[in-house]
Amino acid sequence: MSLSVDIQKQLGRFRLQVQFEADNERLALLGASGCGKSVTLRCVAGIMTPDEGKIILDGTTLFDSAAKLNLPPQRRHVGYLFQQYALFPNMTVEQNIAAAVRERSVREETVSRLVRQFHLEAVAGQRPGQLSGGQLQRTALARILASEPRALLMDEPFSALDSYLKYQLELEMMETLEQFSGSVLWVSHDRGEVFRNCQRVCVIDRGKSSPAQDLSQLFHAPDTEAAARLSGCKNYADALPRGEQVFLPEWNLTLNCGRPVPAGVRRIGVRAHFVLPAKDSGENVFSCQVVRVVEDVFDTIVILRPEKAAAGAPPLRMELDKMAWRTIPEKERLAVSIAPRDILLFEQ
Amino acid sequence: MDWYPLMNSLRIAAISTAVVFFLGIAAAHWIAKLPRAVKGALDVVLTLPLVLPPTVVGWLLLLLLGPKRPLGAWAQSALGLKLVMTWWSAIFATVVVAFPLMYRTARGAFESFDQNLADAGRTLGRSNAWVFWRVQMPCCKQGILAGTVLAFARGLGEYGATSMVAGYTPGRTATISTTVYQLWRTNDDAGALRWVLINIAISAVFLLSINLLEARQRAGR
Repeated sequence: MSLSVDIQKQLGRFRLQVQFEADNERLALLGASGCGKSVTLRCVAGIMTPDEGKIILDGTTLFDSAAKLNLPPQRRHVGYLFQQYALFPNMTVEQNIAAAVRERSVREETVSRLVRQFHLEAVAGQRPGQLSGGQLQRTALARILASEPRALLMDEPFSALDSYLKYQLELEMMETLEQFSGSVLWVSHDRGEVFRNCQRVCVIDRGKSSPAQDLSQLFHAPDTEAAARLSGCKNYADALPRGEQVFLPEWNLTLNCGRPVPAGVRRIGVRAHFVLPAKDSGENVFSCQVVRVVEDVFDTIVILRPEKAAAGAPPLRMELDKMAWRTIPEKERLAVSIAPRDILLFEQ
Repeated sequence: MDWYPLMNSLRIAAISTAVVFFLGIAAAHWIAKLPRAVKGALDVVLTLPLVLPPTVVGWLLLLLLGPKRPLGAWAQSALGLKLVMTWWSAIFATVVVAFPLMYRTARGAFESFDQNLADAGRTLGRSNAWVFWRVQMPCCKQGILAGTVLAFARGLGEYGATSMVAGYTPGRTATISTTVYQLWRTNDDAGALRWVLINIAISAVFLLSINLLEARQRAGR
């Protein structure tokens, strides 16, 4: 039981080229906006047609350009959760759910079971315009499950919500998804959402997918700069390999990486949380000027400039707990360190 | 008083509205899916009767339907039907003139319809026809109703093309608008005024209902 996608599509100048396989798991498609995530979902659902490639779900070929096979969305048995839920505004909650039940003989029974399961009894006779955000999402999920899908496609399900409601609905949706036995594709640009809800992740950058990887790998050892950016890494610099060290010409620094640096490495990345205040000397310790201090909700963001940096070099961003920042006596010049294992290496 | 013009005007407007309702919706539905260049060209052709003088439409219709013209001659010989100078000849004129109003309002309504709703219906296993009649049409109800009312009002008020295609024969092809012209031409101002007032009353009711529809639409159903 799995979903296998390998498709290409030209949209004006934009070229989509994605390939991934999802078992019965929650696979995230993570990418910046406009990277082609939603187009990919639409191609799987059959709402858009790829130019070339193959889509296979549980052994059934949904699309195969070579065999000129293209099942209509009605015959793909794929549940699509739209960003704004796309509930029919002219129908009540019950009618919306009933619309998805193909078998007439079980329609009434299925609808009443789903209305109970999703706690929609009180609003069963109301139209979407009268529902709260949570009720809208529950109705949309109930409607999708009523169609007995073999796979679920979630298109940025929480993009339009404020953060409090978002966490509540995420917990509710987790319960629903844990009972679902097929593949789930979860499109998102939010690394936190992906981390909390998915098991593996496929990064899409400017229309091109990277091989799916475990979440821990994306966050601890992303293999490309694009993946690192999506995982939240904020500091990047040009680099030249020097044995187990890298030389950073922009900052005029040499850092120890604690492992042999491959000859192809040209860039490094460092997460802002892994830039730490340090004593005056030690491994990978260097002195910086404090350019600016920004107070965030729980953290203090300190923008630094390594002392030997060339003109026009990118700044170094440090994020630390507010308390930790308060205990630092000297606020204009600062010695910082980066542990060798926290330096991410990217080949080009 | 002879009420024939009122009855004749109402039945012509009603029948042409029914024809235009389906033609306009079908055209709006199909044309929305065509490539942009074709769409632009067809759009011009289909909207043309809205801006052409009705006499030009009437002349073009006579070119098609007249007894010596191909279609008119064929109807005469094959079906024994005269296509012009009968009461229902006016339906040709009102359909052509009212069609753009229905087509354009329906197209506007379809264009503002959220295509995700249609896609949702299809991924849930529903046929395209089901999606169209059960979701798209109800969602576009206000716009389509407004188009229908406009088409009916236009059909009721049609004069130029109607007078050329159906002429004016009292008790046979007379409509309100052709009667008003005839009464004015024969210096019967009192008779003309009666029909003018009737026409104003009917038109006022229709405009009021359009305004009500638009107000409801703004209020969001």
